[in-house]
Amino acid sequence: MTVTTSTTSIEGEDIEKKVKRKSSGNLETIFRKELADQLSSSRFFILFFLIMVTGAVSFYAAMQSLPADEMGDSGFTLVRLFTTSANSLPPFTWFLSLLGPLVGLAMGFDAINGEQNRGTMSRLLSQPVYRDDVINGKFLARLVVLAIMTAALGGFVGGMGILMTGVAPSGEEILRLLLYLALSVVYMAFWLALSMLFSLLFRQAATSALGGIALWLFFSIFVPLLAGMVADAVFPANDSSQTASEFYNVVLRQNISRLSPSTLYSEASLTLLSPEVRTLGPVLVEQAYGAISGFLPLGQSLLLVWPHLTGLVAATLIIFAAAYTLFLRQEIRA
Amino acid sequence: MGHDGIISMVDLTKKYGDITAVDQLNLTVNSGEIFGFLGPNGAGKTTTILMLMGLTEPTSGSLQVGGFDPMRDALDVKRIVGYMPDNIGFYDDMTGRENLRYTARLNHIAGQEAEVKIQNLLEKVGLAEAADRRVKEYSRGMRQRLGIADVLLKDPKIIILDEPTLGLDPEGAEELLDIIRDLGQKEGKTILISSHLLYQIQSICDRVGIFVKGKLIAEGKIKDLAAQLSDGGQVIEIRAEPVEQLADAVMSVAGVNFAERHGDTVIVKGDGENLAPRIVTELTARHMAVYHLNVRGYNLDDIYRQYFQGEEVK
Repeated sequence: MTVTTSTTSIEGEDIEKKVKRKSSGNLETIFRKELADQLSSSRFFILFFLIMVTGAVSFYAAMQSLPADEMGDSGFTLVRLFTTSANSLPPFTWFLSLLGPLVGLAMGFDAINGEQNRGTMSRLLSQPVYRDDVINGKFLARLVVLAIMTAALGGFVGGMGILMTGVAPSGEEILRLLLYLALSVVYMAFWLALSMLFSLLFRQAATSALGGIALWLFFSIFVPLLAGMVADAVFPANDSSQTASEFYNVVLRQNISRLSPSTLYSEASLTLLSPEVRTLGPVLVEQAYGAISGFLPLGQSLLLVWPHLTGLVAATLIIFAAAYTLFLRQEIRA
Repeated sequence: MGHDGIISMVDLTKKYGDITAVDQLNLTVNSGEIFGFLGPNGAGKTTTILMLMGLTEPTSGSLQVGGFDPMRDALDVKRIVGYMPDNIGFYDDMTGRENLRYTARLNHIAGQEAEVKIQNLLEKVGLAEAADRRVKEYSRGMRQRLGIADVLLKDPKIIILDEPTLGLDPEGAEELLDIIRDLGQKEGKTILISSHLLYQIQSICDRVGIFVKGKLIAEGKIKDLAAQLSDGGQVIEIRAEPVEQLADAVMSVAGVNFAERHGDTVIVKGDGENLAPRIVTELTARHMAVYHLNVRGYNLDDIYRQYFQGEEVK
């Protein structure tokens, strides 16, 4: 244990303080404890089970519905399985985009207020720890759990696909899959940051969970609806002779709905997993005329989703920064 | 006050909006003493403690804990101060020992050293047998004792305990107080203990400070406090029959300058020698039956009643 001894000069003291500031070392302690907590919690097992089962079922159904003759020859069989919907079952990507936010929300909604309500927060903060270490440790531990979960899910489902179709994936396919999984982690991290912010804003865990779910519904259901309504009001598109209006209607609708992270995620994951997607905006018939259908190289697909990825990462960081600032300034009452 | 105070506060003020939780507090706690913060709930005791720990920022004024400013060097303060919040919480799914282990790690006490220390502390607070049970199963008294062990783990110079006996049965409270008394007397720790249960902590405190509505209205050794608070007058409570005539009868005694009825008791304020015997003589002369008489103004009980229970004597 280091106790400040009287230093000879003010400079020496300053340097000592700076060194100490760096080597608080408690981020790791808190990170480890949170990680252990998460991994041993029954919540984690329920979520993991849920996401695994739905993923595997939808993937299996997609495999069954894929026409046998199409396997292998057209390429990208593995990644295509992720976006293929069976007769009645939506594709894997749909399930993950639905359950991903739920996983993120479930992990963070009581991250801070749970400790406050149990009275452990003031005890924790009366130990020599920086507040940054507490919130960073909590966030990072949950992020790692999300990453582990997603990697396990991707590996399991992907392995199942390879095994059952018997088609070996190309390097690009694997890369696309990994990018898609990374994107999913970022998307879940967005909801995790949001739910942690809510766990700071609301003292009751139930309130913060409800707040998170409300926002999730808002983004995934109401924003697209709202986008359509606004676009229809600004650029009426009921007359097919007015092509310009119709075109702008679609553009506006898309741009509004892109305010929602779920739209960003869906578009990006679709582009990453379906190399035949060449553009995300509306295309006029004249533009498509004469185009040879083919696959976009990975670099081009990435270029297409780069704004989406940046947007999602930025949104996550902004929300986490808000939670961080709030936590640093928060009054800690027992 | 000398300058050797290990904790000192100068004009410390904390406002929450319009409400002043702590008002111009000036206080020094000396090294090695057990100091009691006394006061009713909401008097500003916890707020003061949170400011000492650097968990809450003062609105104005300055303070110093063990040579550090809690606002600037919060971490240094937290290294030398062990704080037990009121309603202390532990991670319920972890055992007592695991909870302590986490605290040890946060204080950079590692490996074997930590294990030995934890075992010793658990024995000290009488939890050695329950150490590997989940905290979920602990009684309130056990939690509080685990809290003491938790606080002692970092070998603090200063110990701050916020309402440590709250919610304990008398026996549990007594056990806890014994542990605290030993810490102060045998190990020479500086202990700051806050409570609204005056009776329980009065016996272990060297000095106390009395908080009412954010202000420190008195501080000092318990035996000096009464003199500090009373203006030389005495307060006497009397129960006698018939109660209707009691106040008038008492008022006729020389030296009595106030008498008021509260239910079947009359509170009398006055001064002069032998006031109580003279009142009794007067009442007996009037053939009234005296059932109860208590002279207040000499011990902390009376101060407690006077300030905490809002009974208006003046």
